[in-house]
Amino acid sequence: MTLRRWFLLPAWVWAAGLFAAPLAIVLAYSLLTRGVYGGLAAPWTMENYRRLFDPLYGFILLRSLAMAAASTVLSLVLAFPAALFISRSGRRRNLYLQLVILPFWTSFLVRTYAWLFLLRDTGLVNTLLARLHLIREPLPLLYNDGAVLLGLVYGYLPFMVLPIYATLERLDPALVEAAADLGARPWATLWRVVVPLAAPGIRAGSVLVFIPCLGAYLTPDLLGGGRTVMVGNLVQNQFTTARDWPFGAAVSVVLMAIVTALVLLFLRREGDHLV
Amino acid sequence: MRRWLAVYAAAFFAFLHLPVITLAAFSFNRSRFTVWEGFSLDWYRAIARDPELMEGTWNSIAIALAASAISTAVGTGCAYGLWKRSSRVLTGSLYLSLVTPEIVMGISLLALFQWSFRWLHWQLGMHTVVLAHVAFSTAYVVIVVAARLRTVSPALEEAAMDLGATEWQAFRHVTLPALVPGIVAAALLALTVSFDDYVITSMVAGVDSQTLPMVIYAMARRGASPVINAISALITVFFGILILLSERVREP
Repeated sequence: MTLRRWFLLPAWVWAAGLFAAPLAIVLAYSLLTRGVYGGLAAPWTMENYRRLFDPLYGFILLRSLAMAAASTVLSLVLAFPAALFISRSGRRRNLYLQLVILPFWTSFLVRTYAWLFLLRDTGLVNTLLARLHLIREPLPLLYNDGAVLLGLVYGYLPFMVLPIYATLERLDPALVEAAADLGARPWATLWRVVVPLAAPGIRAGSVLVFIPCLGAYLTPDLLGGGRTVMVGNLVQNQFTTARDWPFGAAVSVVLMAIVTALVLLFLRREGDHLV
Repeated sequence: MRRWLAVYAAAFFAFLHLPVITLAAFSFNRSRFTVWEGFSLDWYRAIARDPELMEGTWNSIAIALAASAISTAVGTGCAYGLWKRSSRVLTGSLYLSLVTPEIVMGISLLALFQWSFRWLHWQLGMHTVVLAHVAFSTAYVVIVVAARLRTVSPALEEAAMDLGATEWQAFRHVTLPALVPGIVAAALLALTVSFDDYVITSMVAGVDSQTLPMVIYAMARRGASPVINAISALITVFFGILILLSERVREP
């Protein structure tokens, strides 16, 4: 064997044993029936997939798609001006970039818990508002869709800023000057020159935010308090308390299929350049 | 527009960082509530007295060290192999493992482990958590090391081999030294993603392998507590030290 084969051997073991095999088992389970005591039983069936069209479960899937879409749009609106600012800030650019990257190096759990700390009934926001005599009763800021949306946006915002910044940084300033010379106002230049040229970054950022939001489990569980059930919580629930592994597996397969389709669609457009 | 942009950017960075800073600041508050009543280190002392938190911390450190060592070795080998000649299947698996929702990876690994119990006499525990962490952190290592490899010229190894070095010697004495900063950065990244993970860990952990994020999560679900603020501040400082280390190796 050549050296390359020896070096790749552990990676193939990883890919087969820790990536492909688990997913293959889940795929197989999704076609089985739930046993009497929550185990797996024999008849192979499509019933688990049919149940996804049950209004109750179909609603959870649609709701997750809507939450992920809303998080993506909100992140885009918040991230674009920030990326624009960083790309135009000359020598201090690297410092600002570090400030965007820093959350990646902060615990995701800590960052989500921070919002639980700020938004709860006795949290900082409610305490401050009460001190200012703006409210008498604490506002119900936590355990609703808004809190989950805020948590998702906060969690994945850097994923949107970085790719947009990368395209804006490569943008030729002469194009912006040309638009100005031809009489375009700053807003017109922004909308008709800068935004279209940043489209690849916007697409990349949207995929990077949408995918983790769609499969989110921790944020809806912690900030939604069980009221905001997303598809990730449904999967977890089927594998733990409900003990309906075949149905949980079917939901996972559908989730995985959506994510894979999105990535393939994106790669077909942009070309792959990971490794 | 320029001024508005600057004002907006200030608000943006405040939004990104103030929540965690506030969280850490209130870990020094004497009161249990969000009203400042004076400086105190009581909540930090409470960490040391909490056996669950201490056990979770040690478990997390042990798991992160073991998992990052394995995934750094596997990922570095993988990046080097792919640098020599690419493989669509392997690259595709790495891509997909990065975008696989955590909960899906968690339950699929749980299904794999449960299935293996039919033949192997083992149970969920530290080893299954370590394997699960290797499963999700390997792709991160490959990406960081591959980025470093792109700065290395393949001509160097060819020259070494023309001068009589074996393939192994060319790797060991020519490419590997150039890769060290990338490998260290990758190992630190693997360490942090492993130390931080809750979702996948909670699915594959046994009774003897509760990690720090699992203990914190259980506490947070019971309601906020200043002890969580204190441990959060410590974790943030710990991650901060890792990022400084990582910066230092990148720019020697």
